Amino acid sequence: MSKVIADLKYSAEHEWIAGDGSGPVSIGITAVATDALGDIVYVDLPEVGDTVTAGETCGEVESTKSVSDLYAPVSGEVTEINSDVVDSPELINSDPYGNGWLFKVAVTEEGPLMSAEEYAAANGGEL
Amino acid sequence: MTEKYTALYDQHKLAGASFTNFGGWQMPLKYSSELAEHHAVRKAAGLFDLSHMGEIWVTGPDSAAFLDYALAGKLSAVAVGKAKYSLICQEDGGIIDDLISYRRGEEKYLVVPNAGNAPVVASELLERAANFDVTIDDVSAQTSLIAVQGPKAEEILLTLVPAEQHSLVTDLKYYAAVEVEIQGNGLAEELLLARTGYTGEDGFEIYMPNEDAPALWEALLETGTGQGLIPAGLASRDSLRLEAGMPLYGNELSREGNPYAAGLGPVVSLAKESDFIGKTALAELKAAGAGSTTGRKLVGLNGLGRRAGRSHYSVLKDGNVVGEVTSGQPSPTLGYPIALAYVDVEHAEPGTALDIDLRGKPEPFEVVALPFYKRSK
Repeated sequence: MSKVIADLKYSAEHEWIAGDGSGPVSIGITAVATDALGDIVYVDLPEVGDTVTAGETCGEVESTKSVSDLYAPVSGEVTEINSDVVDSPELINSDPYGNGWLFKVAVTEEGPLMSAEEYAAANGGEL
Repeated sequence: MTEKYTALYDQHKLAGASFTNFGGWQMPLKYSSELAEHHAVRKAAGLFDLSHMGEIWVTGPDSAAFLDYALAGKLSAVAVGKAKYSLICQEDGGIIDDLISYRRGEEKYLVVPNAGNAPVVASELLERAANFDVTIDDVSAQTSLIAVQGPKAEEILLTLVPAEQHSLVTDLKYYAAVEVEIQGNGLAEELLLARTGYTGEDGFEIYMPNEDAPALWEALLETGTGQGLIPAGLASRDSLRLEAGMPLYGNELSREGNPYAAGLGPVVSLAKESDFIGKTALAELKAAGAGSTTGRKLVGLNGLGRRAGRSHYSVLKDGNVVGEVTSGQPSPTLGYPIALAYVDVEHAEPGTALDIDLRGKPEPFEVVALPFYKRSK
């Protein structure tokens, strides 16, 4: 089963959100998503300075088999993107909760988010 | 439709496969990473369960004449021991399926249709056999098919073949088949071994009764692991065949299409003396210039950017729709996107610059000659 990490928040569109409340949050996609997508070969991220809106698309993730929209799980300004995953998209598969993070947002408003337990239960993930 | 499972389902599950429905069968999509499986086939070897494919025996005095009538190719001209790629067409020239026929005797052929088409091909053959002295025996449900594909395939297979039969394997030509003793893991059976495949690499396909499949699968894995062999699923099978420029029924081939548009004109034997189903319509299509001066033609497209075109995306010339993608993805071997697409014949010349409409954004591609990838011999 796909791994789900405790202490993160999750969106229904399979993004995870990490933050301690003191600064921008990090956002990535979950192992549930990467396992379903297969090997990721291209990622299109928002740009630093862009404003993203919770629940709206802000990029694309392309695997060998398909293209999926990337949804912003929170609203706010993008403060940083992970240029490593743009050059090496396979990092998203190999380390979705770590080096495969996608971008950071200074949150103005959260979208509807789930706890790890709720997300794992809803998606057959393993905590 | 209830889903069907191959005799190797337990092996796939234990290996951690994720499954997909293909042609009514629950088949392994991938075991770990479809890219790793793709590269293994190009560099070493991959092990495929193809038991979803159909197997239909055609036997009896009229076998050759019957297949000449039922299929578009001249099967009577195939020597015993050889195989031929052919099409079964409708009266109007539409393609019911593409299939491989192995001649196993003067009056004996094994016809191998695609999984999803196997029942309809079997019933079409039965119907077409009305005036011929032949027996049609659909053994798809009892028969498993395992493929070993890749540059190490022969070396791996030979470890399961007794030394005195090695030359049967090493001398076996592409598109030929032979009965070979295969031993290992408690198995000691004479099985039908064909040098065929759908990956663009050297390789073999082995036909066997279902009960022999688990033992052979495990024996091949055990002996091949040291050579880099890994089990490979349908995801890598699709990317491998696409790089090799091979059509997939349902994507490039259909009842609505025709062999000339698909680049399969040479597979149609209008020259054979006997009548065959679809002959009149196909002769008319050819005379009208289908796939050469009229209509659309299947072409290869190389991506100049990083984004891949996908099935059903539009192909554009100066913003106007001139075609449609049938298969497309990033090529793992080549490192850029490739696609097969039907485009209007006036835009089908290699070198022509076209765009694929990527969900509203035009992405530049160029028409290229097929295949995209050819192995070095």
